[in-house]
Amino acid sequence: MAYRWTNDLTRADITPKSAYLNRRQILAGTVGLGAIGIAGGASAQDALEPNTLEEIRTYNNYYEFGVGKNDPAQNAHQLDTSNWTVKVDGLVDNPGDYALADLLSGLSVEDRLYRFRCVEAWSMVIPWNGIELADILNKVGVQSSAKYVAFETVVQPDNMIGVRNRVLDFPYVEGLRLDEAMHPLTIMATGIYDEPLANQNGAPMRLVVPWKYGFKSIKSIVRITLTDEEPPISWNKANRREYGFYSNVNPTVDHPRWSQATERRVGGGLFASRQDTLMFNGYPEVASLYEGMDLSEFF
Amino acid sequence: MQIVDTVNQSLRKIPTWTMYIVGAVWVVWMFYLAATNQMGPEPINALEREYGELGLKLIVLGLMVTPLRTWTGVNLLKFRRAIGVTAFFVVLAHFLVWAVLDVQSFGRMWTEVVKRPYVTVGMIAFVLMVPLALTSNNRSIRKLGANWRKLHKLTYTVAVLAVLHYIWLVKGFQIEPIVYALIVGGLLGLRIKLRQRRAVKPGGLAVGE
Repeated sequence: MAYRWTNDLTRADITPKSAYLNRRQILAGTVGLGAIGIAGGASAQDALEPNTLEEIRTYNNYYEFGVGKNDPAQNAHQLDTSNWTVKVDGLVDNPGDYALADLLSGLSVEDRLYRFRCVEAWSMVIPWNGIELADILNKVGVQSSAKYVAFETVVQPDNMIGVRNRVLDFPYVEGLRLDEAMHPLTIMATGIYDEPLANQNGAPMRLVVPWKYGFKSIKSIVRITLTDEEPPISWNKANRREYGFYSNVNPTVDHPRWSQATERRVGGGLFASRQDTLMFNGYPEVASLYEGMDLSEFF
Repeated sequence: MQIVDTVNQSLRKIPTWTMYIVGAVWVVWMFYLAATNQMGPEPINALEREYGELGLKLIVLGLMVTPLRTWTGVNLLKFRRAIGVTAFFVVLAHFLVWAVLDVQSFGRMWTEVVKRPYVTVGMIAFVLMVPLALTSNNRSIRKLGANWRKLHKLTYTVAVLAVLHYIWLVKGFQIEPIVYALIVGGLLGLRIKLRQRRAVKPGGLAVGE
């Protein structure tokens, strides 16, 4: 472990596999862990009970595989993740095409139980397994002139129905400021619940930036580029007014089409109530990254 | 037109009230699926979408009745009121899911209607459907006379707003709302063409006779 970030959530906070596989039965009997948590008076935000693997794998936005929430689960099996290579280029000391195993070898995989907040105002809690992005960047050697990191998702038109339908200008691209990328909360996830990522969750490796809206956490990454200027990002290209480069979770700055003040946890059923969205999605430790910035301008 | 005759004969045998029953059963069935976790992990949004899409489909179907009869001979005229009224109830269900289960408060409803254009147009479309549903009875038709036809032309406005609501709601370039936009645009075009034909016809006949 890199020990730059103290994870106050332990393995004990992660629902055991037997429990999440059985949660439906438990819920049917109405004596689940969640019920005890609520009875104990802990708010939903504090309890952080992770979503089930089934929920995490069947409610996805991955427009390369269709626009319906269940489309990625139906179509992503077509993604070819064999012989995965990641191109690392730009302002780095060791550029090149890395086999995924080589890029990650020697780096430690950590458990991170994170809130995940979509710009569409739904949220989940996900027990990721991943490597701090800083470790990967340090391994390839970031040059001092680099200020941003750009990421790119794989494009396999024959396997991706959404790419053929041109829902967005593919490949999907994303980016972070270097200090955001180096923040210990930022990880490259390779698994969930100690299982390799499902294709619809962004296999074999995807970014996770828990204080930003979900679309920043780009999936199935094939390219990492260090640059000195702000890289273009897909949703901003599609709609400049609605999606900014930063896209930090911020209940006070509304998206033109969705209020961001509240959210709904996926998995709560038909009568789930909304809950307040937290500034930086409940990760106030990142606030210092944006000191002096007007977050309604840099949304 | 053997097929058209057969279709019309079978249609004549179906009582119009079956439409209401089918509509009500479908609405309840969808609610049941959502309430019993059979509509995915986020049933509120899924249910809202199911009701919204069927509402739009029924509105479009209602608009298709006349052109369908004019151009193919298939006669759905006796179902048109049932189609319209069912559309209203499905859209009402869509509105209720949004208000009660989704946004969950009057304050938030108001903010949404005022601040989000796609909600604004959706709400206008729904409000415009209310007088149409209320006047969908024989008494109103008799009482309103020629005004009834004028009032019910609002269906076109409702259809255009409903499509706009859908286009505005989706992210990125999506095919489905665009298909609905093309269909409603086409139906509007046909209606204008039909009206021109009707306007020309009496004069033409007068010359011919």
